[in-house]
Amino acid sequence: MFADRYALAHKVYPYEKSPDQDRAEAVRHPVVIVGGGPIGVATALDLGQQGIPVLVLDDHEGIGTGSRAICFAKRCLEIADRYGCGERMLEKGVVWNLGKVFHRDDKIFEFNLLPEEGHKYPAFINLQQPYVEQYLIERLRTLQAEGAPIQLRGKNRVDAVEDKGDHVVLDVMTPDGPYKVEADWLVACDGASSPLRGMLGEEFTGKVFQDSFLIADIRMKGDLQFPTERWFWFEPSHGEGASTLLHKQPDDTWRVDFQIGWDVDRKEELKEENVRRRLDAFLGPEVEYDMVWTSIYTFQCKRMESFRRGHIFFAGDAAHQVSPFGARGANSGMQDADNLGWKLGLVIRGKAPETLLDTYSEERIYGADENILNSTRSTDFITPKSEISKIFRNAVLHLAGRAEFARPLVNSGRLSVPCVYDGLSLNGPDGLPGGPERTRVGAPMVDAPVGGKWLLEMLGGSFQLLTIDAEAPETLDVDGIGVTRVAVSAAGNPELAQRYLGDARSAVYLMRPDQHVAARWESYDEAALRSAVNIATGRA
Amino acid sequence: MSKLNVAPNIAKPDDFYARLLAVHEGRSKEESDAINARLVLILSNHIGDAAVLDEALALAADG
Ligand SMILES: Cc1cc2nc3c(=O)[nH]c(=O)nc-3n(C[C@H](O)[C@H](O)[C@H](O)COP(=O)(O)OP(=O)(O)OC[C@H]3O[C@@H](n4cnc5c(N)ncnc54)[C@H](O)[C@@H]3O)c2cc1C
Repeated sequence: MFADRYALAHKVYPYEKSPDQDRAEAVRHPVVIVGGGPIGVATALDLGQQGIPVLVLDDHEGIGTGSRAICFAKRCLEIADRYGCGERMLEKGVVWNLGKVFHRDDKIFEFNLLPEEGHKYPAFINLQQPYVEQYLIERLRTLQAEGAPIQLRGKNRVDAVEDKGDHVVLDVMTPDGPYKVEADWLVACDGASSPLRGMLGEEFTGKVFQDSFLIADIRMKGDLQFPTERWFWFEPSHGEGASTLLHKQPDDTWRVDFQIGWDVDRKEELKEENVRRRLDAFLGPEVEYDMVWTSIYTFQCKRMESFRRGHIFFAGDAAHQVSPFGARGANSGMQDADNLGWKLGLVIRGKAPETLLDTYSEERIYGADENILNSTRSTDFITPKSEISKIFRNAVLHLAGRAEFARPLVNSGRLSVPCVYDGLSLNGPDGLPGGPERTRVGAPMVDAPVGGKWLLEMLGGSFQLLTIDAEAPETLDVDGIGVTRVAVSAAGNPELAQRYLGDARSAVYLMRPDQHVAARWESYDEAALRSAVNIATGRA
Repeated sequence: MSKLNVAPNIAKPDDFYARLLAVHEGRSKEESDAINARLVLILSNHIGDAAVLDEALALAADG
């Protein structure tokens, strides 16, 4: 009836006919998510955990083959932790700290990431995207078994969308023919080429980078052991391209990423003998390997003007796209889910006005712009666009081998870190003199060990009052929004003190359900708290 | 906030100027460009102060 656009690694949501298809009238759902990729499923987990009925439609029956994203950053893991699958990702993922940078044939320097102690999750892990999707879907199945109102329908392709202002009507195609679905709210997580974005005539603007990358995932044979490190070559002499990256994944698999220029014959380049020719030149003749997956991709740095259009939201690659340097695609998409989930939940429950949903767009555009800026800068360093920028780039690389100062200027992709929503609408007062910069209002929580537990595990999912050596009531109802207290002490918890008190002696933090700081003070004041909750929920 | 020092600060200007040119002597245009770029980076790092660097960039760009 309809063909797959890509091959599946795991058929985890085979098509089943839904009773909706036999009804004469279209069935109305509170939330429909289009796209069962990582962001669509994460959004479903967020809403499902809140008990909000959600229907996910995907045009395939499972997880596509190909590793695609391999770097999952700390914040993404922390969000996955809240969704109940962060630990599985960590368990399977590869953690690395040592990186080596080469220019032409010479190693110019190496670096150790020297991760900060006292966090449940590392700065990031390497893990093939299909595993991440698998763990997210397994979690979805567990939640369903526990009674969470989540539905996931495979081979349900959305072919048309009608924006009715206060709801949306979808034409869905299935192997049993078409049917209609109505949604109070629609979340488009249908990927980079987002059919929904196109159908709605929304613009997607930015820069297309004229470069292509040949990716090969290879499994090493024999007992030759490559170390668990990240190796990055600028202008490698083993190929005609501008850069090559070697990176370890689980299952003895390595990712090799060749930047091969714009004018390439994709079909020719993807022939196994041609991929092997590049790999052999790069790895040396003695290395034996199996090919796991190859692909050629190009990229763009683009985003939509707004991630909200009435009752329709765009999230993940559908809303924004970045270059692969710095691994920001899936990582930032997870933050979209984290951001949208609680806001939509409050609005659906009638506890916050619809205008709260505009701040989803406001905050995540802020994040997308930061990601686009960072990945554009990396791209400009890796592929200098003018003669003079190449002169400076090579000067940096030359000096990096000789003088330490030049090393921070080497930009082969910056680690994805979450943005701080500085100065945005939902921020309350920052009333903690001497409070640390990194936990200022707008910042995502910073993990810390607290009496044998992780702060991360104590926060999230609702509004909370984190009190550090400060008095406050255990619960407070702010016009229908409950705030519960999480009381901790700096005594015996030096990381907590350093990350949340700074020079202050006590602190009271209002934390949002997505673990961002909404406001902070030195001590509790009911009127101040009420006002901050109202600001943070768009009611002020 | 520090200010860019635009007052004369090099003790023996003619000596310095000669040494600057000597570094480029016998070099190709490509080598000279590379040396200049490295020099800019080295001196910029030495200064470090963002406000001073911005002032210097503005003064240099003011053609
Ligand atoms: C080579 C490569 C390397 C990458 N490396 C990294 C990395 O290291 N770190 C990182 O964070 N990100 C990385 N990314 C980006 C990452 O893969 C994406 O950001 C991520 O997959 C986006 O997830 P998504 O759910 O938004 O979209 P997708 O994964 O594209 O999912 C969209 C889903 O929607 C479905 N769909 C589409 N149209 C319809 C329709 N009409 N009806 C129903 N369903 C539909 C699709 O079948 C698909 O299942 C990389 C990407 C590539 C290509």
